[in-house]
Amino acid sequence: MAVEIVSWVAVALIFVTATAMLISRDWRISLGALAILYLAAFWLVARHLPFAMSTAKLIAGWMVVATLGMTRLSLTEAEGQEQDTFFPRGIGFRITLMGIVALVTAGAAPNVEAAIPGMGIPVIAGGLLLIGGGVVHLGVTSDVLRAILGLLTLLAGFEILYAAVESAILVTGLLAVVNLGLGILGSYLLVAGSSPLESEEEA
Amino acid sequence: MTAPILWIVAPFVVGVFVLFFLRDRFSAWIGGTTSAVLALIALVIPIDTALLIGSVSIKISPAIQFFGRSFELNTADGPLLAMIYGLAAVWFFGTEASGTANRFVSLGLMIVALLTASIAVEPFLYAALLLEVAVMLVIPLLVPPYQKPGRGVVRFLIYQTLAMPFILFSGWMLAGVESSPGDLGTTIQAGTMLGLGFAFLFAVFPLYNWIPSLMEESSPYATGFLLWALPTFTVIFALGFLDRYTWLRTTPQIVNAMLFSGVFMVASGGIFAALQRHIGRILGFAAVAEAGLLLLALGLQTNSFVEIAFLTLIPRGLELSVWALALSIIKQKAYSLRFNEIQGLARKYPAAVTSLLFAHLSVTGFPLLAGFPSRLALWQELAAQSLAVSFWVFLGLFGLLTAAVRTLAVFVMAEADAKWEWNETWAQTAMLGIGAGGLFLLGLFPQAMQPFLASLPTLFEHLGQ
Repeated sequence: MAVEIVSWVAVALIFVTATAMLISRDWRISLGALAILYLAAFWLVARHLPFAMSTAKLIAGWMVVATLGMTRLSLTEAEGQEQDTFFPRGIGFRITLMGIVALVTAGAAPNVEAAIPGMGIPVIAGGLLLIGGGVVHLGVTSDVLRAILGLLTLLAGFEILYAAVESAILVTGLLAVVNLGLGILGSYLLVAGSSPLESEEEA
Repeated sequence: MTAPILWIVAPFVVGVFVLFFLRDRFSAWIGGTTSAVLALIALVIPIDTALLIGSVSIKISPAIQFFGRSFELNTADGPLLAMIYGLAAVWFFGTEASGTANRFVSLGLMIVALLTASIAVEPFLYAALLLEVAVMLVIPLLVPPYQKPGRGVVRFLIYQTLAMPFILFSGWMLAGVESSPGDLGTTIQAGTMLGLGFAFLFAVFPLYNWIPSLMEESSPYATGFLLWALPTFTVIFALGFLDRYTWLRTTPQIVNAMLFSGVFMVASGGIFAALQRHIGRILGFAAVAEAGLLLLALGLQTNSFVEIAFLTLIPRGLELSVWALALSIIKQKAYSLRFNEIQGLARKYPAAVTSLLFAHLSVTGFPLLAGFPSRLALWQELAAQSLAVSFWVFLGLFGLLTAAVRTLAVFVMAEADAKWEWNETWAQTAMLGIGAGGLFLLGLFPQAMQPFLASLPTLFEHLGQ
């Protein structure tokens, strides 16, 4: 029972952090929310995967947060900020989108549980919330950092669901590589263009 | 020596070595030679067969274990490896002429190694993860450190990353379908998931908007390499699915989905290409149309569809490499690649312009060029299957031909007193000459591909029968 309660707390945490990432314009808040999100995702993944493998996912996620954070910290506000061209940009609109994701999740989770018994409603709800949150995030931004955050959110949701059906070490390892790769790529894309040509060879 | 170490680990390590220790001048030769040697070994030495050379016995073992899973390259993979590394060698030797050597060769070798790993991994659906890692390595190739990333790159990353979860999940669902084949609900869900995954990977209409954007933002040679490598391995991956789950080939809805996606891509790619005023974007749309032709081949209701798919794949690498190299050379003079900047360049860059047009006409399916035999085979099968589909494919290819004629018109639109010059270097001229010669050679003597076409289908246990 206690485990079930903690799982629902993790789902609530996922909803709050995904919404915070979507509405916040401050990269510090977004990355902080992503770090908490990985903690909640870790708990849900640990329901189906061994503790060591779940921890690998958590550590990989936090390493991604650290990589993106350090890169963003080294950029000036002007370099790091890109104006989204997507309309409407209002907070209300984004909260409404997350509300729709939550409603879809509430409707779909029992059906998925019926189709794949044994997954657990909190695990399904957490996974679907993150996938929906990630898709919404990708849909409302053209900024590099936000696109990477959207992809990481979506992948975290997928990993929660996939952990329930596949426990191979190679898959866990490769998914960690993909997460770390996205973090490094995000950093690379953030700094690309901010430094001048270094040598003739580079040109 | 095991095959995965030779064709996956070795090129990856060479790629890392080139990245950190070699200068531009040598990297093209090292990368090209490595790939050519690997292609030659794949062609000459059969995997898992002992060869006695003098008193020395050589045997390449087929598999290694990694984290409890197997990476396996069998005897049947030999011709495929020869084709892949042979075409990769063409791309790497071309970097010397395109002026993108060091970064391209190192990352390119790593990408080809990872893509080869994607055809070796067992269970094969884990290939989706390796394809994603390869996609991530493509990004530094497309965005040099001094250039701000454009929208095309971000879209490319998003679309390719979205493919992975769909394919991994569909793989798990397909296993469920196998155990209970009568469950229609699960079958539809698995088919839809798989379709969406491949729609992202293949950049099916309308998910290909990143391709023309990338052609504008990034180096044409790097983008051309991407447009060759990813669809090639995606086709092999898709054939693996069709081979493993035979019911996919017999489900009319899935076959029709492949056929109509292909038609949409060929028709829209061709028509959009005809409307462009940017020769890079024209290459992008031509690549879309070619990917459509591959999908069409997969959707054909004939036993020879695997041969037709490979017949389309082999010249594709050569066409795209020659076209992209010619674009890179022209870009050094006319950076934007727009029609108003390339006007009259035929008299200044005759070799680049001629090669570009030959490659373009080959993609169109012009007789005597490399693309013609595959188009002919495709037309024959399509005409027997559906005249409406044939009409739309004709429209797409006609659009590509229109784009070729427009490009030619702009290139020769020089002032009457403009003198002929030869601005290409000897290396550029040689590479373009070899490439264009290869296009004619494959067009005039398509039987040169026969040894490959005869053995490549044996890669697939059921489809190759």
